[in-house]
Amino acid sequence: MSTFSLLKLINVSFGFSYHDYVVEGVSLEIPKGRFVSIVGPSGAGKTTLLKIISGIHEPWYGYVEFIDDEGIPLHYIPSIGYVPQIETIDWNFPVSVQEVLAMGSWNYKSYLPWIDKKLKQQIKDILKILGLDSYGSRHIRELSGGEQQRVFLGRALIRNPEILILDEPTTGLDYLSREKIFEILKNLNNNGMTIILSTHDITNIAKRSPWVICFNKSMISEGYPRDVLKETTLLQTFGLPDYKTLSRKDND
Amino acid sequence: MIDFFSPFQYEFFIKGIIVSVLLGGICGLVGVYVVLRGLAYVGHGLSHAAFGGAIISSIGGMNFYVGAILWSYLASFVIHEISKRNKIKPDAAIGLVTTAIFAFGVLIVSMTDRYTRNFESLLFGNVLSITDQDLYIIILITILSGLFFFLFHKRLVFTFFDNESAKISGIKTYYVELLFSFVLATVIIASMSSIGVTLLAAVIVGPAISARLLSNNFTNVILSSVAIGIVACFFGMYFSFFLDSSSGPTIVMFVTLGFGLSVLYATLKKIYHSHRHGDLTHSHVHVHVDKHRHEH
Repeated sequence: MSTFSLLKLINVSFGFSYHDYVVEGVSLEIPKGRFVSIVGPSGAGKTTLLKIISGIHEPWYGYVEFIDDEGIPLHYIPSIGYVPQIETIDWNFPVSVQEVLAMGSWNYKSYLPWIDKKLKQQIKDILKILGLDSYGSRHIRELSGGEQQRVFLGRALIRNPEILILDEPTTGLDYLSREKIFEILKNLNNNGMTIILSTHDITNIAKRSPWVICFNKSMISEGYPRDVLKETTLLQTFGLPDYKTLSRKDND
Repeated sequence: MIDFFSPFQYEFFIKGIIVSVLLGGICGLVGVYVVLRGLAYVGHGLSHAAFGGAIISSIGGMNFYVGAILWSYLASFVIHEISKRNKIKPDAAIGLVTTAIFAFGVLIVSMTDRYTRNFESLLFGNVLSITDQDLYIIILITILSGLFFFLFHKRLVFTFFDNESAKISGIKTYYVELLFSFVLATVIIASMSSIGVTLLAAVIVGPAISARLLSNNFTNVILSSVAIGIVACFFGMYFSFFLDSSSGPTIVMFVTLGFGLSVLYATLKKIYHSHRHGDLTHSHVHVHVDKHRHEH
């Protein structure tokens, strides 16, 4: 089975109520193996854009295509690992770290309600990679924000997806947790995984990403961070005079 | 002296106990998923919709269950669609849709005197009104619903925990939720006659929230909820014999007692916290002084 080599969005528009676009006329191409940070303010439509790519939202206009090596559109969506904003999670839900990770494989494994031996071993291995070896039986609420984020990253990775999509993976995390997440993502990308994340953390994440897309409802600019993260583009993206100061700092 | 075994010499009582235990177990099971889905009010709403359908079909000369199933499935579907496609939250949709169907049933009853089945037993529950047909249907529904939750547990948990990630993962969340609504409606229909339309919500939600207070582990929550449901329904039924009361309200009193005991347990657990010192595990009054240091 051929895998995708290019993700294409062609003139994609989407909204939640008539004549009110959240994402408007977006065309972009993401080759396989790229590490992309989508930068924009809150309410810019970054999450919606990620959900369109993931297949949760069907575009009103335009379309999303996954193209193989020979330039032929695939008739299926490649495997996608999705890490949601952890603010949206109900932390009182009675699930352990092990169960959260196991969810990543629950669409095709058996109908039996328990976690089989093979999956248990797989979960153990992933927890080790994430530095959470002894956390398997803990309730998810008992973990710190950074650890919770890593658990959701682990869930997305359990099926070894071709594309990893992360919605604001570093929001609310301290410096060390942020660094740990970024390091894991860099390693995954070095091993060939395509990574698309949304962030409004310009200094710590976007600036260090290999490729950046400035986005606010529609595409503002894309390219290498040094070319894109400039005052004029950031002003256009964030639309606030305050960002003059921020972007000046970034450029220094 | 009271002969505690005297109720068991009556066939109707044994039938009532079987029905109560089965319904207590299945309501306890379904309740865990209902509460985690954030639809605590749905049991109340769907039972009213089923009631409306049941009396309309009875008046129309059809089997009681046919109308109940059709109307509650229709209500489940409409609630599901409204909350998926519009800005309206499920609880608001439940409030209108199910009450409208209930009101329609009452309207029809008020316009005719052809309704023969015991109206009160449907509203407040009466195990004495259970027929052999009801018993067989309850046994069948308990088995099928139990099987559904056994086979769909993983998909339900993922869908209710993180709907969008479940969808991206390849789970058909729309159908999982719709199927769940239909199974819930079926359990509600099975419980209507013995527990009662107006009281059913407590038997679905009560054991589940009591169990949630006892554990953070999903399996333990399910097992506790089923156990609480069975015990409360058994004693509710048993004492209704001695108190000469309706089974439904008596069962609800025991469910509420179960909840009260769970709250007490959870409170004491917070105060008397078990912890380890090397190999020694012990419990004592636990006062946090500074972070995890504590006084003995």
